[in-house]
Amino acid sequence: MGYVTVTGGKEAIVSANRLIRFYRLKDAAVPLDVKEIQSQMRLMIDRVMGEGGLYAPEYAAIALKQAEGDIAEAAFLLRAYRSTLPRSHYSLTVEPAQMRLIRRISSAFKDIPGGQMLGPTYDYTHRLIDFALTNENEDDIAAFIKDFRQEMDDAEQMPTFSKVIDVLRSEDLMDGMPESHAEATPFDVTMESLSFPAPRSARLQLLARGETGAMVALAYSSMRGYGAVHPTIGELRVGFVSVYIPYPFSDQAEGMPIYIGEILLTEVEIINSFAENKTADKARFSMGYGLCFGHNEPKAIAMAILESSLETQGTAPVQDQEFVLMHIDSVEANGFVSHLKLPHYVTFQSSLDRIRQTRNQPGKEEIDVIADRREV
Amino acid sequence: MLSLIDERYNFAFLDEGSKREIRRKTLKAVAIPGYQVPFASRELPIARGWGTGGLQLTLSLIGPKDVLKVIDQGSDDSVNAVSIRHLVENTAGIATTEETGEATIIQTRHRIPEQPLRENQILVFQVPLPEPLRVIEPREEITRRQHAEMDYSSMWLSLYEDIVHWGVVTVSHSYPCIAHGRYLFSPSPIPRWDIPKLNHAECLYLFGAGREKRIYAIPPYTDVLPLSFEDYPFEVESFVGRACCKCGSSDTFLNEIFDEASGQKIYQCSDTAFCKKRQREREI
Repeated sequence: MGYVTVTGGKEAIVSANRLIRFYRLKDAAVPLDVKEIQSQMRLMIDRVMGEGGLYAPEYAAIALKQAEGDIAEAAFLLRAYRSTLPRSHYSLTVEPAQMRLIRRISSAFKDIPGGQMLGPTYDYTHRLIDFALTNENEDDIAAFIKDFRQEMDDAEQMPTFSKVIDVLRSEDLMDGMPESHAEATPFDVTMESLSFPAPRSARLQLLARGETGAMVALAYSSMRGYGAVHPTIGELRVGFVSVYIPYPFSDQAEGMPIYIGEILLTEVEIINSFAENKTADKARFSMGYGLCFGHNEPKAIAMAILESSLETQGTAPVQDQEFVLMHIDSVEANGFVSHLKLPHYVTFQSSLDRIRQTRNQPGKEEIDVIADRREV
Repeated sequence: MLSLIDERYNFAFLDEGSKREIRRKTLKAVAIPGYQVPFASRELPIARGWGTGGLQLTLSLIGPKDVLKVIDQGSDDSVNAVSIRHLVENTAGIATTEETGEATIIQTRHRIPEQPLRENQILVFQVPLPEPLRVIEPREEITRRQHAEMDYSSMWLSLYEDIVHWGVVTVSHSYPCIAHGRYLFSPSPIPRWDIPKLNHAECLYLFGAGREKRIYAIPPYTDVLPLSFEDYPFEVESFVGRACCKCGSSDTFLNEIFDEASGQKIYQCSDTAFCKKRQREREI
């Protein structure tokens, strides 16, 4: 059957759409419950929300169900849905120092104020497939949850902790907060097209909704030698922060800010070599910052490395703003790579004309191959 | 197919604030022919690189009375054209057509219809790479400056090198053109065959690049000239001695097709609506 037939495109699409539904369900004993996806595929939900740029766990679960578990496709569904929503409010700056923590570690210091708190992490599991999960049953789960909750009730409520990095700041070993940027209105990458060099707020936003795998690969390249950043993790914290919007019914800031809920975030502060810190008046570490939706540690660490790397000068790919920022977006990268599946026979027809004309030039018979440099 | 006719979705999908921004940027683009105007670019339910720039223009321009035609490679029935047309139908509920003359807005990928467009028609192009200088200079910061300074020497040099090396300019489609004696622009990956249709057209041409976040325009009656040298004039694709196997046209852009039955190469109009019209007129 023709790839683009003169007629039949409509029928082909309808059939393809029925087929994906068929493939999703043909061997299903029970339909996947969206609530179960949301609660049991926690880390996948977090990736989809982070790359989709929309904090909506339930919608992320629906998107994952619809996309048969394809994270890029699910993130894309969330992004597209996002386009239908008006921008009603900007929240006040969230305060991760006040985070209700579920995990918090430092690789810089053994003892940190408040102590290290491992929390839910796969870091120290042995990566052995647990075949018992095949037969995990409801009684086992209920018994485990009941016991665990009992222990939790006996434990103290988790307090909030100050930042590890503040210890270094108090000794003047670390760059301070840039005062001038503290209250500036950030650039909004979802409302404005980027120009280069991009302001730091734009760089951070693009990184915050970048694709995890792409960012990890680029950060890894910096650590291996294609760049200047190979940091120490000052602090990694995962927890819930409260989100407030300004009181909306007053031009003056009279009313109290309104609490609209809490979101789970991963925050990373890395400590970079002082040798790369060229702007300081004396030797001082500089900080790199990563923050993303949900529980996604590789992405937050990679973000901190990449944003630090973009502050350094050099010829490595990760020191080039355009190289990093233009290529980490899941929706854009997947869209353009997959567009190659679209028919290109007009442009290719045009290329055929050129190769034939080129061959027809006198004295050019030996040329067999011409690489067209602009296949689009 | 997923039905979007749903009160949770706005008319023509995008929220009104986004549409207003796109229309403002479009007006600026019309005012400066060939200049690439940055815009925010929303994500749409179709993938980046699959026509989201054109689609955002279409969605922000259409009203309830518009009649839309969507083509891909000249064909109304190409799967991506069908998919885009369905999306607009499902979110805006407006009328669509395959007749070039009946449409008020035509969204296209890779072709300009053979039938000349009128003053009250808009042709919306889907653009993958809006920057004509990108093939020579990868950095946006540099190419923006080159446009500002009207420094197109690198492009001229690349065409010259082509001639020295190959004897012809090897650029097949997306042929770089100058709009009204000022901005170098990419006409999108249309064949060279369609380039002359850009010059002093009656209709408005709008170009949307969603992933690259740029809008540009060629307003009616604008000078559009492809880059060429006096001794190496611009050439369109040659179909000398060929004619469409369906309608007999020898003055249209033809696709070559391998006929499985005979093992022969045959030719067919790329613009299927035009081909059907010719067939009707000639009562084939």
